[in-house]
Amino acid sequence: MSQPVISFDRVCKSFSQYNHVTAGIKSFLFHLPTAIRSLRQAKYTALKDITFDVQKGEVLGIIGKNGAGKSTTLGLVAGVLKPTSGRVFVKGRVSPMLELGAGFHRELTGRENIFLKGVLMGLTRAEVAQRLDEIIEFSELGDFIDQPIRTYSSGMLTRLGFSVVSSLDPEILLIDEILAVGDMDFQKKCVARMLEFKSSAVTMLFVSHAMKQVGQICDRVIWIENHEIKQMGPPEAVTTAYTQGSEQPHSP
Amino acid sequence: MQKVPWRPVLDRRVQHFLDLIYVATEKDLKVRYKSSFLGYLWSIAHPLSLALVFYFAFKMIMKIKLEAYALFLITGLFPWQWLSNSVTYSTGVFLSNSSLIKKVNFPRSVLVFALVLQDMIHFAFAVPVIVLFKFVYGHPFHISWLYGLPLLLIVQFGLAFGIALMLASANLFFRDLERLTVILMTLLFYMTPVFYPEHLVPSHYRPFIVLNPMAPLIISWRNVLFTGNVNVTYLLASVGYSALAVLVGHKTYKRLSWKFAEVL
Repeated sequence: MSQPVISFDRVCKSFSQYNHVTAGIKSFLFHLPTAIRSLRQAKYTALKDITFDVQKGEVLGIIGKNGAGKSTTLGLVAGVLKPTSGRVFVKGRVSPMLELGAGFHRELTGRENIFLKGVLMGLTRAEVAQRLDEIIEFSELGDFIDQPIRTYSSGMLTRLGFSVVSSLDPEILLIDEILAVGDMDFQKKCVARMLEFKSSAVTMLFVSHAMKQVGQICDRVIWIENHEIKQMGPPEAVTTAYTQGSEQPHSP
Repeated sequence: MQKVPWRPVLDRRVQHFLDLIYVATEKDLKVRYKSSFLGYLWSIAHPLSLALVFYFAFKMIMKIKLEAYALFLITGLFPWQWLSNSVTYSTGVFLSNSSLIKKVNFPRSVLVFALVLQDMIHFAFAVPVIVLFKFVYGHPFHISWLYGLPLLLIVQFGLAFGIALMLASANLFFRDLERLTVILMTLLFYMTPVFYPEHLVPSHYRPFIVLNPMAPLIISWRNVLFTGNVNVTYLLASVGYSALAVLVGHKTYKRLSWKFAEVL
């Protein structure tokens, strides 16, 4: 294999606790000593010593409990977060698939939102226009495309979101639990589209709680537990271990 | 999937940046006013109603001795409205786009740029109203508009953008900044010669006018729009404040922008 397109080298990420600050200037000044101390010391560690590589065209699944650090990992890849220590290397245009309706504006129509989101994701308006028909067709929204999206159901929002991002020639695709909504037919269509991407060597990071889909799509899976990589390997082995591991506390 | 026709790299990046500003501004305009004609009326309704109130209070009751006071009022109120809208709304710009900022890596300052641009467009559409008032009062038009208006547009854009960028960034960390901003803007409104001429300010206070970053700009607008004269001192001061605002806004943004996704 050639050189990786995503590389994490002993990456740690901790967040300062900003609650004393975001409460406002007034509260900051009234609690100045505590506020400064909390800014300096109180850190929340989201990721500890994470190292992994992703090759071009590889599909990497990321599983783990809520709050384990999966979304932070995606944030680092997308470049919206900076690592506290270690090095994050990403080569290529990153297309994050956002959660329900994010990056859309409720008052604009589906069509207007396609342009808004497409340009925010790094394409020019002309490039979005070229793909417009394809996007609308894939979304199955029909006449709803010219309605403001506040009238959309959650399934329709997901369909629009998936259609936009998947039609934009992604190089690195980040998918964060987006397939949980939408009906069975559309989920199948999404999985089919992702397998299509896989064959055309699009690199994907896939965060999901749906172990079946993880097994279906991924080449390799990382299990993040307590902000560290607990296990990394072939999908079947890791998902099995994860399922057993998370069932244990419940069994008597 | 179709391939994009090949274009020079720089060209595409510039094109994309322009498109970013375009879609963000278009979004703001569409969201704020759903229908275009009513939207236009709204954009001038507020400053006009303010003008009406001040006309009533100062011309009809206090009998201020200024000719063409209605024209005098709107030549100050229209630019002020733009400045005030951009600054007041700026505090919420990043907050209201939090889901985007947390996921997508794009130049966030574009959101602020679009906000100020959109207010500037509203202002530009209000200029014909000033022209109309000039006709009504039989005021002459001035050559100085040719260079004065574009120059002041740029200067005010810089001032509004710089302050807005600073406030939008800082408000993510100190969330009560937006309340403070509203109060400060109200105070500044009365301390800026918007509805009174600067020569009515008692002479021993007059040197302090320049300390208010908004004042030299509003005075310059008034000079160009109302009398057609340009006071070089005030003009230079407004250019200076504009440049300073852009500098401070940019520094604040650079310093804080990488943490935006963490605090949202």
